[in-house]
Amino acid sequence: MVSALGIQLGVVGVYLVVALAIGLLAYRLTSSDAEDYYLAGRSIGTVVLLFTTFATLLSAFTFFGGPDLAFRAGPEWILVMGVMDGVLFAILWYIVGYKQWLVGKAHGYVTLGEMLGDRFGSKRLRALVAGISLFWLFPYVMLQQMGAGEAIVGLTNGAIPYWAGAAGITVFMIAYVVIAGLRGVAWTDTLQGLFMLGVVWLAVGWVATAAGGPTALSNALATNKPEFLALGGGLYSPQFIISTAVTIAFGVAMFPQINQRFFVAKSGKVLKRSFALWPVLVVLLFVPAFLLGTWAAGLGISVPEGANVLPVLLNEYTPVWFAALVVAGAMAAMMSSSDSMLLSGSSYFTRDLYRPFVNPSASDAREAWLARIGVAVFATLTFVASLFRPGTLVEVGDTAFGGFAQMALPVIVALYWPKTTRSGMFAGIVGSQAFYLAHVFVPPVDLAGATLFGATYLTWDFALWGMLLSALLTVGVSALTVAAPEENQQRFSEGLRAD
Amino acid sequence: MTRTRTDYLWVATFAVLVALAVPWFLWGDSRVFAGLPLWLWWHIGWMVLTAAVFHLFTRRAWDRGMGEVTN
Repeated sequence: MVSALGIQLGVVGVYLVVALAIGLLAYRLTSSDAEDYYLAGRSIGTVVLLFTTFATLLSAFTFFGGPDLAFRAGPEWILVMGVMDGVLFAILWYIVGYKQWLVGKAHGYVTLGEMLGDRFGSKRLRALVAGISLFWLFPYVMLQQMGAGEAIVGLTNGAIPYWAGAAGITVFMIAYVVIAGLRGVAWTDTLQGLFMLGVVWLAVGWVATAAGGPTALSNALATNKPEFLALGGGLYSPQFIISTAVTIAFGVAMFPQINQRFFVAKSGKVLKRSFALWPVLVVLLFVPAFLLGTWAAGLGISVPEGANVLPVLLNEYTPVWFAALVVAGAMAAMMSSSDSMLLSGSSYFTRDLYRPFVNPSASDAREAWLARIGVAVFATLTFVASLFRPGTLVEVGDTAFGGFAQMALPVIVALYWPKTTRSGMFAGIVGSQAFYLAHVFVPPVDLAGATLFGATYLTWDFALWGMLLSALLTVGVSALTVAAPEENQQRFSEGLRAD
Repeated sequence: MTRTRTDYLWVATFAVLVALAVPWFLWGDSRVFAGLPLWLWWHIGWMVLTAAVFHLFTRRAWDRGMGEVTN
């Protein structure tokens, strides 16, 4: 008789190894497409764009952070993520994504920093944008390692310690990048995404059946957590819902692996198609995932210290192998989407920092090796940081999204307002980052009745005030300064072609 | 209708889609329908509506606000 622990570890281990093997095989079979794409390629296909973007949703933030939050605070997180990703992000997909695609196509840009650097005639602006992006990518990669560690604790009821789960996913992440090299396994994102979407619905069905159906589950909620059924209350104030949705949506648009996809789509059609599908895809993933966390609260599940609720719930209501399969699937999906993030991050590093400043004539092979080493070092550092567990999954993710969000409005202003100047861009980006960083790292100070560096001002999240500041600084300073001679004011408005 | 006026209509439509994705008028409401909170059903329905409107936008109004785009 095999023990439960044996089954759990067997399923997780085998799934991860198979996922890795399929990823490598997939790469070998489809090398030309993927190669173009990661070697700063010119074109990516319809399906790849939709699903690499979808893959960003397949992170520890969704699978483990979301259900945890729903478990602790109620199911309104579905609304926050729905309005954020399904509606706001979709609109930004048009406003930022389609515009960047048009501009990128006209001038051959591949990274955000490259586009802005060329428009404003400034290598330093290019480096600044790349540097800030890499800085905020750090906590988001760390989040995946934290999620994996906590998931393993929940699944094995603490038999396997947190650090082992976090270390495991780190090793797999590095292996993916080093063995597969700088080439995409984008379509394994697709396979794993579809697998997880299916499995999450299966989990909902299984738990609902085992617990007596949705009505029994909502009755259990009404008895044990009546406040969860009512909209709002507790953590969920209107200010919280709006601030969180807005900062995450704008942040996502500035994520390296998302923003870079805006440039490399083969045709505008793919942007169109994905735009309309987005709200439905989002509901299909978020509703079941967060409902599971909510139901767990009604069922009185007790979660051990430092674990995720999802594996604990599944262990209770579904067979051991199924719970392990969901956790393994989630970890594999997280791993391959982290891989996309790391690869985009490494292209920011080599294209926008290393080449322009260190070695303009570096060979492609040298650049590829440097990027791999960079990824391995980056993932190791995030692993070390994940051991300190600086917050919950949602808190860490939210901090990273907020940091990216500070760049969004200056970028949008630059894309649509030809009078934007280089000084305006520097003021908007540096000013808002300084404001945001101070609020993340400086402890709150009471000053004559008002709190400085606290979580909110006038009940609104500081990240939102930072975004406002970024827009005011960009527009205000641009209005007061004149364009430098090297700036190309018509870069983003002339010569755009849609076909 | 002039081009700008249609632009404003689309901006207003998008604003409504964002604003009502959260059913603010059901704040504090805990009615349950078929095992799920009523406000969740609203959200799900609204997202389907949003997808339909977005689809219409891609058919009728794509390229709006992008400056001069040649096809």
